[in-house]
Formats: sequence, C-alpha cells, structure tokens
Amino acid sequence: MLYAILCYHDEDVVGAWTKADDDAVLAKRAAVTGKLAAQGRLGPVARLMPTSAAVTIRSGGEPLVIDGPFAETKEQLLGFYLVDCASLEEAIEVAREMGRGESGAFEVRPVRLFRPGVAPA
Amino acid sequence: MNDIAWIDAAFRGARPQAIGALLRYFRDLDQAEEAFQEACLRALKHWPVNGPPRDPAAWLILVGRNTALDDVRRRNKSQPLPPDKLISDLGDAESDLAERLDSSRYRDDMLRLLFICCHPELPATQQIALALRVVSGLTVNEIAHAFLVSESAMEQRITRAKRHIAAAKVPYETPGAVERAERVAAVAAMIYLLFNEGYSASGGDAHIRLPLCEEAIRLARLLLKLFPGEPEIMALTALLLLQHSRAPARLDADGAIVLLDDQDRRLWNRELIAEGLALVDKALRHRRPGPYQIQAAISGVHAHAARAEDTDWAEIDQLYGVLERLQPSPVVTLNRAVAVAKLHGPAAALAIIEPLAPQLGGYFHFFGVKGGLLMQLGRAEEARTAFDRAIALAHTPAEAAHIRLHLDRVLKDSQPA
Repeated sequence: MLYAILCYHDEDVVGAWTKADDDAVLAKRAAVTGKLAAQGRLGPVARLMPTSAAVTIRSGGEPLVIDGPFAETKEQLLGFYLVDCASLEEAIEVAREMGRGESGAFEVRPVRLFRPGVAPA
Repeated sequence: MNDIAWIDAAFRGARPQAIGALLRYFRDLDQAEEAFQEACLRALKHWPVNGPPRDPAAWLILVGRNTALDDVRRRNKSQPLPPDKLISDLGDAESDLAERLDSSRYRDDMLRLLFICCHPELPATQQIALALRVVSGLTVNEIAHAFLVSESAMEQRITRAKRHIAAAKVPYETPGAVERAERVAAVAAMIYLLFNEGYSASGGDAHIRLPLCEEAIRLARLLLKLFPGEPEIMALTALLLLQHSRAPARLDADGAIVLLDDQDRRLWNRELIAEGLALVDKALRHRRPGPYQIQAAISGVHAHAARAEDTDWAEIDQLYGVLERLQPSPVVTLNRAVAVAKLHGPAAALAIIEPLAPQLGGYFHFFGVKGGLLMQLGRAEEARTAFDRAIALAHTPAEAAHIRLHLDRVLKDSQPA
C-alpha cells in the first residue's frame, strides 16, 4: 500500500528558521527517508514554495482563478497531481481544464524541491 | 531543533501580528513592545512544559494584553493581583483563542504597524531602523552593526523616530480602500529601500549586508501575504528574490565587486530564482503593469540567461523603455543605456547618457558607466576623468576599488607599447 505523508506547519514560523535550523530539520528527516530509500520504499518527495506563490482555482462552469492559497476549512485534501509546465499560466490552464463543470477547488503551487523517489508504482 | 530554537522562531514569526494587535489595544509603540516582551517571557516558562500553542500569535497577543492590564492594576493597587494560574490555563483554552481574537483585523493591524514605521516625516534611515527594531525584532545592537554605527547612536535614532511617531497623529480606525492602497505603496517603498541598503551599502566597509536583504525579503513576503492579489507586491517580492539570488556571485574571494557580466552564474541561488520567476509569472497574469513588475521582469531576463552572452538585451532595452514611460527617471535611462550599448554599441549608449549629466552629476554609477563607454570607444583621457569622478563619489571601498581596476586598465592601454 502506498501512503502519502503530508507536511503541515506554520509558514511564518518555518520562514523564521535560520538556514542552520532548516538544515537540521532536513537532516533529521533524511535519516528516516534514507532508510526507506535504501529499501526501495521511498516515492516522490516534494517541498513546495511558500503559499505566496500559490494560485487557487475554484471549479465550476467557468473555473475562477484567485490569488493565494486554498484557505477554506470545510473541504479536505483528496489528492494531488505533479505536472511539468513552462509557466504558471500553463499550470493554471491544466487545473482550469480539469475543474471545468466540476465543484471543489485546486491549488496550484510551484514545487521548490523535487526528488522522484525509488518506490515501484 | 532544541526548545529555544523553535520558540525563538515562533516569536519571530508571530511578532508582526502580535505587536500589530497590541498596538491597536495600547496605541503606544513602547507599551505594545513591552507587552509583547512580557508575553514572550511567560511563553518561555510555559511553552517548553505545555508544548507549542496552536496559534502562537494569538497566545502572545492575549497574554501580552492581560499582563499589561495586570501591570496597570498593580500600579493602581486597587485590585489584587490575578493568580499566575489564570495565564497558565490559557494553554487549554487555546482552541477558541483564535476565534476570540478578531482575525479580520490582523491585516490592518500589521499594515498599520508597518505603515507607522515608514511615516513620511521620518527620514529613510529612521524608517528602516524602526521597521527592523519593531517589526522584525532585531536588537538595537544588531541594527547598529548592520548600519555600522555605534549602539548608542542607533538607540538614539530609534528613540527619536518613536518620539516622532508618538507626536504625529496615527489613525487607528480601519483605513478606507484608497488610504489602504497608499499605505501599501509606502510600506513597499520602505521594504525596497531596506533591501537596497543591504544590497549596496550606502557607506562603511561591507558592500553587501545579507541580513538586511533577508529581512527585506521576509517583510515583502509578509506584505504579500496580507495582500495576496496585488501584482506590484508579488513583483516586489520577486524582484528582491531575484536580486538576492546573485548574492553569492557578487563579490569575489577578496571582497571585490564582480559585475553581472563576469559573475559565475553557477553560484546563483536557483531556488530563489525559481520562486522569483513564479511570482513574476503570477503578477504578469493580471495585465496591470507597474514599476516593480517591470523591474522584476528585467531581473528575470538576467536570471534566464545561463551565460552573460545569452542575455536578451533587446527585451531588457524594451522593458526599460516601458519603465521610462511609467516612472521617468534619469537612473532608469542610464540603465537602458547599458542595454543599448550591448545592442547598438557604446556610441549610441553615450549619446543617451550625455544629456543626463546635469541630473546625475553626483551619481557614482553614472560616471562608472560613462567611463566604461568612453573606454570602449578608445577615448582614454575622457574615460579617466569619468572614472576619477566615480571614485570620488563611491560609497564603499569596494565600489572605489572596482573603478580603480578599470582605471588601471585605461592607464595600461594608453601607455605606448
């Protein structure tokens, strides 16, 4: 079974970390993921850019593009796609296409760091 | 991370919001800062035991307000002290804390706090110092160090600025749309100034002061979070990120300036570039061009070029042309001339900058660029005069040393072989 582990934290707090703090946290995590990778059990790992770089697309007849992260609390995170796009505009277009005639929302967030992983699909 | 590190990060993260809200309660900067300080002291006692609160800012605001009120009561001695237990119980009541504090006011609280720091009556240096002290929470010693002045001089500067603000009328009611936009613009200008102060120090030995640049980026992000739909604020943040991405390549091992053309682009910070470009993208979608967007786009053109010779100078020339129309300034024209020199040669560029002499007669970069163009045209004697002038106007030893390097080359070339 594949499990997704999603990371949550207060951006203001993480943003106030020094480089050394940040490195220390990553090193601590690497100790865990390193073991999994060695066993071929680590899938893709991504670190996202700050929410200030995010755009939210509200699905609907004609999906609505709103600057900023997805901020509602009554909807739940149900899945995600990773797409390779030349520009933010292109990524937004993908989300608009998917959301047309649906309800719900997509948040488009540039990826800051990506490792493809080694786990078999 | 140990207790102190995460608590310290939480304080830094919560500070603008907490001080902003406390300022609304007390309408006095010193009192707001003291209340925050007091709340932090309590937090140091409680958080390591009870774990971090879900909303550190809300915790600090509430405790800060309560302790300050206690203080007033204590001074009046008319009421008994409330037991410390009341405050230590806060940890359990935290979940509804966020609701009890009106979150919709936070944005204006923080904007007001930022805006107070860039009160138009304050000189730029005081604005920046005050923002670093009050919003960022840097110590006076740290700020003094960054500005290369003594701690007592900086203490005085900040005290003077605070006195000024206390005397000036700061409106506490919720601002209207126009006023809010004005405040945002003033704060953006202050953040830009702060970044430039770090990017090309206006005096002293250190040519680049990274902590100032990093603090400016943090404040820009904060402003963008408050106004996520403002393309100019997206662009301001992008501009700072893109400029800052080159920091590792801007000085060589001896601290000498390395110009954009000669920088080792492998040293540029790719993560900052990626984030900057994403924000430029996001801003341009709005099709509401503004000066920060154009500047960020120009910086983005450089970021896109893997080698200096790959730079799309035609695009840069065009963007500076737009900027000249949006925000006419001789400095912008001077910058466009650099692109023109790349595209059409030094003579064409010189023709553009020569009329700027009366306005830029005291500007270091003007004579640096002029000397460079004259040198390319083989007019050694005139180049030397321009470089001499640039050295006289240099703000930092690194700037002067850089020009001296050119000067040496002129001298060498003009000597008979």
